[in-house]
Amino acid sequence: MNNFSLIIIIIIYLAVLFYIAFFAEKKRQSKWVNNPYIYTLSLAVYCSAWTYYGSIGIVANSGIDFLPIYLGPVIAAPMWIIVLRKIIRISKQHKISSIADFISLRYGNNRFLGALVTIICLFGTLPYISLQLKAVSETFEIMSDETSYVSTSIIDDSTFYVALLLAIFATFFGTQNTDASEKHKGIIASVAFESVLKLLFFLVIGIYVTYFLFNGTEDIYNQISVVDNFKELTTLSGVEDGFNWFFLIALSFISVFLLPRQFQVSVLENNREKHLKKAIWLFPLYLFLFNIFVIFIAWAGKITFGDTQNAEYYTLLLPLKNGNAFLATLVFLGGFSAVISMVVVSTLALSTMVSNNLIIPYGFLDKFIRNQPERNSKYIKNIRRISIFTIIISAYFFYVSFSRELSLYAIGLISFVIIAQLAPSFFIGLFWNRGSSKAAIIGMIVGFFISLYTLVLPFTWQAYTGTDHFIQQGLFDIAALKPYALFGVDFLSPPAHAFFWSITFNVMSYLIFSLVAKGNYRERNYAEMFVDSNSFTSLQDNAFVWKGEAYVSDIKSVLVRFLGDKRATRALHLFFTKYKLPSDTQLADARLINFSEKLLTGSIGSASAKILISSVVKEEQISLVEVLKILEESKENIVSNRVLLEKSNELSKLSSKLKDANQELIAKDQQKDEFLDTVAHELKTPITGIRAATELLMDEEDDMPHEIKKKFLKNILQDSERLGRLIHNILDFEKLETGRLHLDIQYNDIQKTIQKVLDSISHLAAKKEVIIINRNLHSFKTNYDEDRILQVFTNLISNAIKFCEPKTGRIEIDYKLGNEVVEISVSDNGKGIPEEDHKYIFDKFYQSKHQNTIKPQGSGLGLAITKQIVEKHHGKIWAKKNVKNGAILVFTIPFK
Amino acid sequence: MNKILIVDDEPNIVMSLEYAFKKQDFEVFIARDGSEALEILKHHIPNIVLLDIMMPNVDGYQTIEYIKNTDSLKDTKVVFLTAKNKASDIEKGLKLGADKYLTKPFSVKKIVSEILQLLA
Repeated sequence: MNNFSLIIIIIIYLAVLFYIAFFAEKKRQSKWVNNPYIYTLSLAVYCSAWTYYGSIGIVANSGIDFLPIYLGPVIAAPMWIIVLRKIIRISKQHKISSIADFISLRYGNNRFLGALVTIICLFGTLPYISLQLKAVSETFEIMSDETSYVSTSIIDDSTFYVALLLAIFATFFGTQNTDASEKHKGIIASVAFESVLKLLFFLVIGIYVTYFLFNGTEDIYNQISVVDNFKELTTLSGVEDGFNWFFLIALSFISVFLLPRQFQVSVLENNREKHLKKAIWLFPLYLFLFNIFVIFIAWAGKITFGDTQNAEYYTLLLPLKNGNAFLATLVFLGGFSAVISMVVVSTLALSTMVSNNLIIPYGFLDKFIRNQPERNSKYIKNIRRISIFTIIISAYFFYVSFSRELSLYAIGLISFVIIAQLAPSFFIGLFWNRGSSKAAIIGMIVGFFISLYTLVLPFTWQAYTGTDHFIQQGLFDIAALKPYALFGVDFLSPPAHAFFWSITFNVMSYLIFSLVAKGNYRERNYAEMFVDSNSFTSLQDNAFVWKGEAYVSDIKSVLVRFLGDKRATRALHLFFTKYKLPSDTQLADARLINFSEKLLTGSIGSASAKILISSVVKEEQISLVEVLKILEESKENIVSNRVLLEKSNELSKLSSKLKDANQELIAKDQQKDEFLDTVAHELKTPITGIRAATELLMDEEDDMPHEIKKKFLKNILQDSERLGRLIHNILDFEKLETGRLHLDIQYNDIQKTIQKVLDSISHLAAKKEVIIINRNLHSFKTNYDEDRILQVFTNLISNAIKFCEPKTGRIEIDYKLGNEVVEISVSDNGKGIPEEDHKYIFDKFYQSKHQNTIKPQGSGLGLAITKQIVEKHHGKIWAKKNVKNGAILVFTIPFK
Repeated sequence: MNKILIVDDEPNIVMSLEYAFKKQDFEVFIARDGSEALEILKHHIPNIVLLDIMMPNVDGYQTIEYIKNTDSLKDTKVVFLTAKNKASDIEKGLKLGADKYLTKPFSVKKIVSEILQLLA
């Protein structure tokens, strides 16, 4: 077959695929497009040219070593119901558009992490695409008449044109919408179709080879068993092989989750969770069917060709050898299908990542913001298209530079190992909320560089320098740094070896840095949402609403959340009755949407109602999580409001306390001022007297009669004494008030003190002819400051004398022992103290509150000082009430 | 002859004032507090009352109020003589109708000349 006709066939085939994709896009809602079989078949994008051609190569050359690549997914499949479901839920919730998005979001929407994942995916996927191109190129060669045509320029290289074709196809269908989280039903449908084709053709060739070229499986088995190294090829040789298998199974297990194309089809393109239930067994079945005949084809090829041909292409070579060009073409198309689906889905996933996580955040954001929305979407589309083109063309160049030396199998594994660097952050982050962004970044970088060092560097270095010195001797000739045998581990195959070391260091770094440094608040929030995703949503199978439609059930669930079951049900019932719709209507129309918005406005306001309802309509699964976020925020607000309220209450309490204290201070100040006023006033009185008298004495020296002169002089003397006493009292009082007065407490005898008082005051009493009687003549010793108590006695008795009538005045001093106190009383038969003055008599001058210009008799500082002294002795002083004909003042001195 | 009523509870001060005004040929009446003053005022009408404020029983403010409200005393001049010397006190005193507000301590000569001036 010549090139030209082959290309025609390819174009026709592409047209068919195109049409299928187009058709599927149009009939988005049809069951043909949305069913678990399509979903599972789309998962089969896992089987690319690698499966189609590469595995046969492996079987032929190294036995059943091809199996681990499929054992991984088979083991993974049962776990999908838990793990994949969780991933799908989270991705729906957050409108995840790629695996870079997913990982970046988990670690607090970390932009750098998103970019890092994108770069790793690029590095990981590029070789893989190039191997597809290699397969196309080589199978093209085989199919076409011109063998071993080494193209010297791109223009001649048909692979280049194939690459271009693929790029165009991918671009057209991948970038219809800028909202990358919308489903690419068209592409998925065509991928499913391709999966059917490739399986079909593979089975056909398998049957053909086994039953037509040979006489069944037994025949092949018999024929192959006589080949030399048969035994080796069919068994695991020892522990080393076991390790290799283990790591390869782990590798493929990871890949079925994390390869960008797998993430795209299994997570992002998933319609219904319940599709998973079918996928769990259907996909392993597919893999099994695909691989049934691999061994037999390989053996058949070995038998037929020995070691003369590239085992990878036995599926083409065998029918071609037997003149069956038609079958060979079918096989070729099957292989081509495998290539296309892989390339289209991968570039789709990658271009989304590149534009969303690499270019837009770091480059075009500014332009982005300033532009109109229409221009924005154009920009994004163009970025995506350019990315797809660039990726495929780069893959082409990678193929041209490196892929010739390596087998398909080897390249595939390189890809797997690089992508596997995402595994620790992805999987551990899914279940452990301590995983932090720093840890993820460091782990990924460490793992990535180790995988580059142990896998990519060796062959690229060799390709450039032509020597394998590096491989043999290690970096700088350090044996421990041999790229294929780091630290002496030399029994693993390069991919397993690379996987082992890169993942080990990756995981270690991840764990260490996660434990050492906690992520910030934002990170931890997202971590919680991811790890604990179940509490953030209650998804039922039909809770998803897809493009342009709203299901009544979804709207109802939103309503129920805010209005409660009863109200929501009642409201909907009303609606249906009003518009004469059957009550089991599935699809919501614009009226119901408006109606629901209005309903919610009452509870949450019109803006939020609009957002919620429109989100349900537009399939954005934000409703519940966003609502929760809003609730969380408002809860936080309430809490912080409460905190603020408490604080402000505290503050107002404090400030009122301050006010009170201030008032007290002001009052005290006022009191002080008033006191000073009064003191000044009191001082002025004797001074006035002295001054007036002196003035008169001076002026009237000649005119004033002698008697009057004497009188005035006496007045002056009196007033001076008064002044002196006043000053003394004021100072005393001040000392007592401020507590600066110290009592000289000694063990004294009350009787002796009383005697002293009587001695000193007797002349005053005698003057007025007032009698003082000392009733209790017993001794009593206790502790007190004698001078001060003398002062007290003197004050009380002189007051008593003052108020007594001359000649008839009678003062009695008495004391008795009470409960731990000695009670001393001074009574007189004088004027007595008016009831209303009892309160004021011990106050200094006047009580400040009652600014009386009427002086209660006997006030001054004397009693105030007396009271101070008594109280400093911890005693009490008071005037007895209801005393007829006089006054009785009592004071106590405690004793122990 | 001028009649003066001196109202003050301090005997020494009263003595000085009494002497000074008697020297000026005033008829001097003495009261030791407001109530005594009111008693005297019932029977005599002085030209001038020299009034202390801080006194027991009835104080100077009440006394001036009585004087101002008594028809027979409408021509009697009232002069405060007090130790209360704050601006607000002076204001209050004058507001209550005092003809003059003099403060303690005082110069006897001055008081006499002020009073004579008032009566001129």
